[in-house]
Amino acid sequence: MMPFLKMTAAGALALMAVTCGGLEQALAQAPAQPKTIDAIKARGTLNCGVGTGTPGFSNPDDKGVWTGFDVDYCRAVAAVLFNDPSKVTYKPTSAKDRFPALQSGEVDLLSRTTTWTLSRDVGFVFAGVMYYDGQGFIVKKSLGLKSVKELKGATICVQTGTTTELNLADYFRTNNLDYKSVVFEKPDESVSAYESGRCDAYTTDQSGLFSQRLKMKTPDDNVILPEIISKEPLGPLVRQGDFQWFTLTKWVYYALINAEELGITQKNVDEMLNSANPEIKRVLGKDGDFGKSLGVDNDWIVRIVKAVGNYGEIYERTLGEGSALKIPRGHNRLWSKGGLQYAPPIR
Amino acid sequence: MAGAMTTPVARPEIGPPRSSVGVIGWARANLFSSVTNTVLTFLGLWLTFKILWGVIDWAFVTAMWNGPDGRYISGFHIWQLFTEPWAIRSGAPCRAEGTGACWPFIANKFPQFIYGRYPVDQRWRVDVALVLLVVGLVVLMVPRIPGKVWSAAFLFLVFPVIAFWLLSGGGLLGLPVVKTEVWGGLLVTLVVALVGLTGAFPVGVLLALGRRSKMPLFRWASVGFIELVRGVPLITILFMSSVMLPLFLPSGVTLDKLLRALIGVMMFQGAYMAETIRGGLQAVPRGQSEAADALGLSYPQKIGLIVLPQALKLVIPGIVNSFVGLFKDTSLVLIISLFDLLGIVQLNANADPAWSSPTTNMTGYVFAASVFWICCYGISRYSQMIERRLAAGETR
Repeated sequence: MMPFLKMTAAGALALMAVTCGGLEQALAQAPAQPKTIDAIKARGTLNCGVGTGTPGFSNPDDKGVWTGFDVDYCRAVAAVLFNDPSKVTYKPTSAKDRFPALQSGEVDLLSRTTTWTLSRDVGFVFAGVMYYDGQGFIVKKSLGLKSVKELKGATICVQTGTTTELNLADYFRTNNLDYKSVVFEKPDESVSAYESGRCDAYTTDQSGLFSQRLKMKTPDDNVILPEIISKEPLGPLVRQGDFQWFTLTKWVYYALINAEELGITQKNVDEMLNSANPEIKRVLGKDGDFGKSLGVDNDWIVRIVKAVGNYGEIYERTLGEGSALKIPRGHNRLWSKGGLQYAPPIR
Repeated sequence: MAGAMTTPVARPEIGPPRSSVGVIGWARANLFSSVTNTVLTFLGLWLTFKILWGVIDWAFVTAMWNGPDGRYISGFHIWQLFTEPWAIRSGAPCRAEGTGACWPFIANKFPQFIYGRYPVDQRWRVDVALVLLVVGLVVLMVPRIPGKVWSAAFLFLVFPVIAFWLLSGGGLLGLPVVKTEVWGGLLVTLVVALVGLTGAFPVGVLLALGRRSKMPLFRWASVGFIELVRGVPLITILFMSSVMLPLFLPSGVTLDKLLRALIGVMMFQGAYMAETIRGGLQAVPRGQSEAADALGLSYPQKIGLIVLPQALKLVIPGIVNSFVGLFKDTSLVLIISLFDLLGIVQLNANADPAWSSPTTNMTGYVFAASVFWICCYGISRYSQMIERRLAAGETR
C-alpha cells in the first residue's frame, strides 16, 4: 500500500532468505511436509491471519467477534473444510509481522488487505484480487466537483513519503494540471488539516477515504470522487509450495464470484439445488466431481454460500450499502456489469 | 451614680482589620498585592475556569448518553450494563455535530475492554482468577491482617498455577481450552504486568548477585546480559520475539505469541530490576556481610537473612517505579498484534465502522488513560505507605 509496507515486506523477505538459508531450499523441502489441508483438518481449526483493525475489512463487532470482508473469506474457507464457518482461529497480524507469521506456519493463510505486488509474489502466492482498491480523492461537497480533472490549481493534503504522494504528482503531471500539495506525517493530521479547510482535497486509498469520512465532523458535506488513480489489488495469500492448498484458496474466491454471477444467494441456495440449469447444477455439486478434484466435498459451494453468501452479499454486508461505510462497488462489480471481478467457469 | 468610682474596663480586643486576616487577608497578600499580581490572578482564574468548563462540557453537558435523544442516562440501560452491555446503543448517533464524549461506546464495549474476545460463557473464569488475586493481595498487603507467610506462599506458588489453569483451560480443572489469541483488554495488561514483575524479580536478584560475584564467569555473564538487554528498547525485544523467533524455530513449531511476549518482558524487566537491586546491595554497609561471615553463616544464609532484606528495603521506590513503568509499557505489545487495554480500545474506536465518529477515539483514550491512572496512582500510594512503615526504625 505504502512504500513503508513494501519496504517491510521486502525486509521480511530478505530476513527469511537469510534465516531460512534461501527460499529455494525451503521450497525444495516443501513436498516432504504434510499437506496444509490435512494439517488444518487434523488441527480442527483454520488459522487465519487477519488485520489489526481495518474498518469493513477486519474489525470486532459489539461482542468482540471479528467481522468484515477479509474475515468472511476465512469463514468461507472454514465452511468448505469443516462445514462450519466458525472453525477459524483469527490471528491478528500487523503490517510488520504478517509475512513472518505466514512463512513460519503460524497462519495457514493471510486475508488482511495486502496489496499484490511482484516482490510479494516471490515466496508467497496470491489467491486472487478480492478487492480492487486504489488512490482516490475526497473533496468538500460545496465545491461542486464531479471529477479529479476539475481539481486544477487545488491544494491537496497527502501523507509524506508514500506512494500516494508520488502517484499524485504523476497523475497531475500527465494530465497537465497544476496543484499544491500539503504533506503530513500521519493520516489523522492530513484529515484534520483537510477538515479545517487548509486543503481543498485529501487523497489516500479509496477504501480508507470512506472510513476516514465517518470520523469527520460532518461526513455528509464531503464527497469521494469516483476516479481511482492507482492500482492496489488486495487479496488473500498463502505460502508457496503446496499447490493443493493454493488451488483451494483460489477456487473459494472464484466460487464466490461464480455464485453471484449465477444469482445463487444465501436465501435461495436451497431452492437452487433443484434448478435444472446445468451450470448451477455443476456449481452446487449436483453434477460432476468438482469438489472431489479439489480435495473437498462436492457440496463445497453450497456450504460457502450458506455460510457467508456470494461475493456481492459479502460486499454489501461489510463494505457496501448494508454497512456504515457505504462504499460503491466500483471496480469490484462483476465483469458482466462493467467491473473487474471475473472468475473462470466451474466445469 | 455620681461619685461612684469607675473601674476601668478593658476594652474588648479589636483584632487586626478584617481586610488583613482570613481568606480576604490571605487573598490580598498573595493574590492582589500588586497590579501585576491582580492581573495574573484574574488571568489564572479565567484559564482554570475555561479548561474546567471545557472538560465538564465535554464529559457531561454535550456528552452522548444512552437515554432518548442521548441527553440523559436511562435506568434500563444501567441494568443492561450488567446483563448485556453489547446491546447498549447511544440515544442518538455520536456522529451528531457538537457531541462531546460518546459514553455509550464505552458501555457497549466495556466487556471487551476487560476480557478482550474471551468467550462470553467462560468469562467467569477470569472473574474467579481476579477475585483470588485480589483476596491474596489484600491479605498480603494490608498490614493489620495476619497470615503474611501463607498469603505470600499462595500468591507466588499456588495462585500462578490455578490462574494458568483457569485462564487457559485444560490441566487438572479440565476446563475448555481458551487460546491466548482471544485474550485481551485489561486481562492481558494485568497478565503481562504481573507475570513480568514476578518473573523479573528472581531474575533481577540473581543477576544483581551475579554482577557482584567474585567468580568471573558469573560476573561476565550477568554484566553481558544486563548491558545487552538494557541497551535495546523494549519494543525491539518484543519485535524480535514475535518476528524473528518463529523463523529460527523449525517449521511447524510455533510458540504461543503471548508466551513469547511474556518471556521478552521478563528478560527486559529482569535486567532493569538487577540494576535497581544492585544499587540496594551497594548501599548495605560492608560491615553487615563481614559480621555475617564472622558469625559463620553460609553464603545463602548471609544473602537471604542479612544482606537482601536490607538491600530490598532500600530499593522499594525503585522497584515500584519500574513496576509502574512496566504497567504502562504493556501497551507496547500492541505492535506484535496483542491487544492490551489500550490496544483493544484503539481497535474498537478506530476500526468498528458502526461506532465511527469524531469523538469516539477521544472518548476511548480518556477511558484508557483513567484506568491506567487509577492503577498507577494506587500502586504508588501503597508503596509510599510501605516505605513509611519500613522507615519507622530510622525516624525514631
